[in-house]
Amino acid sequence: MDINIDTARELLEKAKKRGATEGDIIIVEGELSSVQVRLSAIEKITDSRFKTLGLRLFFDKRSAITSTSDFSSDSLDRLIEDTCSMAKLTASDEYAGLPLRQYGQFGIKSKDLEVYDDYVHSLSIEEMIEGAKEAEAAAFRYDPRITNSDSSDFTKRYTHVIYANTNGSSGDYRTSLFSLSVTPVAAMNGQMQRDYWSSTKRRFNQLDKPAHVGEVAAMRTVRRLGAKKVHTQRAPVVFDPETASSLLGNLCIALSGHSLYKGASFLLGMLNKQIASPDVTIYDDGTIPWGIGSRPLDAEGVPTRKTTIVEKGVLTSYLLDSYSARKLNLASTGNASRSPGEPPVAAPTNFYLAPGNHSPSDIIKSVDSGLYVTELIGFGFNPITGDYSRGAVGVWIENGELTYPVEEITIAGNIKEMLMQIEMVGNDLDFRQKICSPTIKIERLTIAGH
Amino acid sequence: MSKELMTPETFLTKKYGIDSHSVEKAMTGFLRGKVDYADLYFEYVLHDALGLEEGLVKTASRNIGHGVGVRAISGDKTGYAYSDEISLNQIQLAAKTASFIASGSGNSAIVPLRKIARPKSDLYPVETYPTDVPIEARIRLLDKIDKMARDYDPRIKNVLASLSSEFRLILIITSEGLVIGDVQPLYRLNITCIAEDNGNRQSGSYGGGGRIGFPFFFEENRYILYTRKAARQAITNLEAVNTPAGTMDVVLGPGWPGILLHEAVGHGLEADFNRKKTSAFTGLIGKKVASELCTVIDDGTIPQRRGSINIDDEGTETQRTVLIENGVLKGYLQDRLNARLMNMPLTGNGRRESYAHPPMPRMTNTFLLPGETPPVDIIRSVRKGLYAVAFGGGQVDITNGKFVFTASEAYLIENGKVTTPVRGATLIGNGPDILKHVSMVGNDMELDAGVGTCGKDGQSVPVGVGMPTIKIDGITVGGTG
Repeated sequence: MDINIDTARELLEKAKKRGATEGDIIIVEGELSSVQVRLSAIEKITDSRFKTLGLRLFFDKRSAITSTSDFSSDSLDRLIEDTCSMAKLTASDEYAGLPLRQYGQFGIKSKDLEVYDDYVHSLSIEEMIEGAKEAEAAAFRYDPRITNSDSSDFTKRYTHVIYANTNGSSGDYRTSLFSLSVTPVAAMNGQMQRDYWSSTKRRFNQLDKPAHVGEVAAMRTVRRLGAKKVHTQRAPVVFDPETASSLLGNLCIALSGHSLYKGASFLLGMLNKQIASPDVTIYDDGTIPWGIGSRPLDAEGVPTRKTTIVEKGVLTSYLLDSYSARKLNLASTGNASRSPGEPPVAAPTNFYLAPGNHSPSDIIKSVDSGLYVTELIGFGFNPITGDYSRGAVGVWIENGELTYPVEEITIAGNIKEMLMQIEMVGNDLDFRQKICSPTIKIERLTIAGH
Repeated sequence: MSKELMTPETFLTKKYGIDSHSVEKAMTGFLRGKVDYADLYFEYVLHDALGLEEGLVKTASRNIGHGVGVRAISGDKTGYAYSDEISLNQIQLAAKTASFIASGSGNSAIVPLRKIARPKSDLYPVETYPTDVPIEARIRLLDKIDKMARDYDPRIKNVLASLSSEFRLILIITSEGLVIGDVQPLYRLNITCIAEDNGNRQSGSYGGGGRIGFPFFFEENRYILYTRKAARQAITNLEAVNTPAGTMDVVLGPGWPGILLHEAVGHGLEADFNRKKTSAFTGLIGKKVASELCTVIDDGTIPQRRGSINIDDEGTETQRTVLIENGVLKGYLQDRLNARLMNMPLTGNGRRESYAHPPMPRMTNTFLLPGETPPVDIIRSVRKGLYAVAFGGGQVDITNGKFVFTASEAYLIENGKVTTPVRGATLIGNGPDILKHVSMVGNDMELDAGVGTCGKDGQSVPVGVGMPTIKIDGITVGGTG
């Protein structure tokens, strides 16, 4: 069955006849293809089409959500019925409901916001295999110590999102995504290391050349050979753009309106207060052309926008959907995000730390003795308290120079203090993913080793 | 949705009007003579989620997912395609895509399909499937938990409780003629309490579940126990001080801390990494990788456990696999592809998140067998160290073997006594080494309560872990104190 905005509206009409007072529908459909190459041979090819419809209904202040991948009309009728009967059983919540403002119909076409490159339909499996092979081969060429490969993967994804609600807001948009990643393995003196590099873009011709992706992956991998532990100490820590982005990702959890109204965020009550050093300015911007997190409307039909989250260290906004905004007596920031069968949450679009004036090499030069961290593992972040403790991999800095690689250590602190201690911000912001940061230097963290 | 309507035997014919003969024809047309092996994985899943916060079950959700995954294997190449429409037409399309990798030199002639089989025994028979239990009853359970947690201590300011209920039906058809199905019920109950005292906010979590019926939560007062544990942990953490940093002796409590085995050892023994020779455990079979006090098992056949399955997602019966015996590395966890390429026996560990994913070697329930030492003696033997009893998530770098996991409840040990609670302790170590430092193993083996989920390559599957109290002589603890 072919589904479009009109079908969505018809389903909502049916639900209203059954007593629903409000509701919305989100449909996500698309195609996903990926190839995996290892040691120059095809390892795995996958190809698929997916579609899911999510239905949310309100009976005054009670609500339920259902989703299905079964689009037969029987099944959809039963879905409406199930949703209605479930909604009547839930508690009445005075804050429940759709966004109050009506945004009308968007009818978003790809040109209105550049997120859709129709080459996603033309790129052939053969070209993807070639790209993956080339990237892996470049990694092997880069250094003889690259002796093995976990895999080289090329993926393309086409997504079509349709949204409609009973307040008259509706819209649909298409996105494309291309991604190439390589995970080489290096060996030396019985020690094995792997690292990886990737390029992910909405537009095919912006994707990094396969050879470049392979070379960076190889450089990052061989750099780890011979890694050792360091002594337990307190020292300055420089986060490379990848690990700094991961730190920003932790911050996003605490910024989410849902964490805040539940009392599960260390940022509760911090609006308009200094939470970071004056060098820190952070934006969330869902409108960046070709941005990986860009989209014209959020998962409740609210238009996306650019929001200043932190300005010169002062917290100026949280990330909000309409529910958490009402709970906090604020307005939605257009950050509603949801998988079709779940209630919306508030999540970042393109979330980034604005670049500073320092080159990454100047930042490293400023450190007498400290850590340059290139990978973090584990889940040691508590958004309620801000406690932060993660496994780290990196390179030791001595007299402003990168020296030997380190591993099997942890870095720990509290994110409240870490944000205040951001001493330097790099000029190397690159929109590689949804959450991005330039290189940053934190004055001092506890490093645990031997 | 009732049992009568949906069984592996009637699934295709009744719901989709497809008989196995036409499936056989569809597959044969595309795959005969071109591939070494092919299979179809049909799945129908109902998943309900109920969440309580601020004293209210604000919303209920139900997700219905169905689809078919088609896989073709030729040599070491895998072709995979799936569709969330179950029809002959879609199966044919998917089969065509999956067989794209076929070299034309395969040697399988598709054999006629046998009659639909069920696993020999059922590890998880239930009266009523989780998704058939009235929503009202499930909501009442969450309401009770909320009240009980708030009554535990006035400093408990918010309770987040969720109940996930799942009905999963699978049907696997292979080019070797195997046709086998299973119905897999699954519950998971999670409770998080947020405590607040003079602006100090802390949390505590606990939960449980498994392939069980709804009464499980009420038997042995389980839900009361879960609630108290979550509330107590939140209150305890209000008093917690910063964790000391550095290398020290650590005692891990029984049950959930078994996540150590999952991260440090289990992942590194999954066959795919060892076939590719990218695991830190590559080539260590028969070698000593742990102290002789350690015997590590992966067992998918423990009744009702979250990590248990009658058959894996390739139709292989699950089993008990010895990974490490008295310190010596014994075996790997296999799926079909890797077992064939490595010429090793199947272990029933080919698992997948859903029809949208090809299977890979995954753990089921992974645990350490008990020793003989009473846990009090283990704690008494430590002069200065850490006692960790509950953990959040963990992660491992398969290739260099380094793993981390973070404690959600831990205490200092001073002169053989458990003293002050500490917060945010992360442990980091080297997988192939860490079990060599196990110097004491308790007699109090426990499996976790049933909330574990393992992520690998973007796929999540339910798993279990278990362990007695153990002492590790020297592991790096990441703290700030």
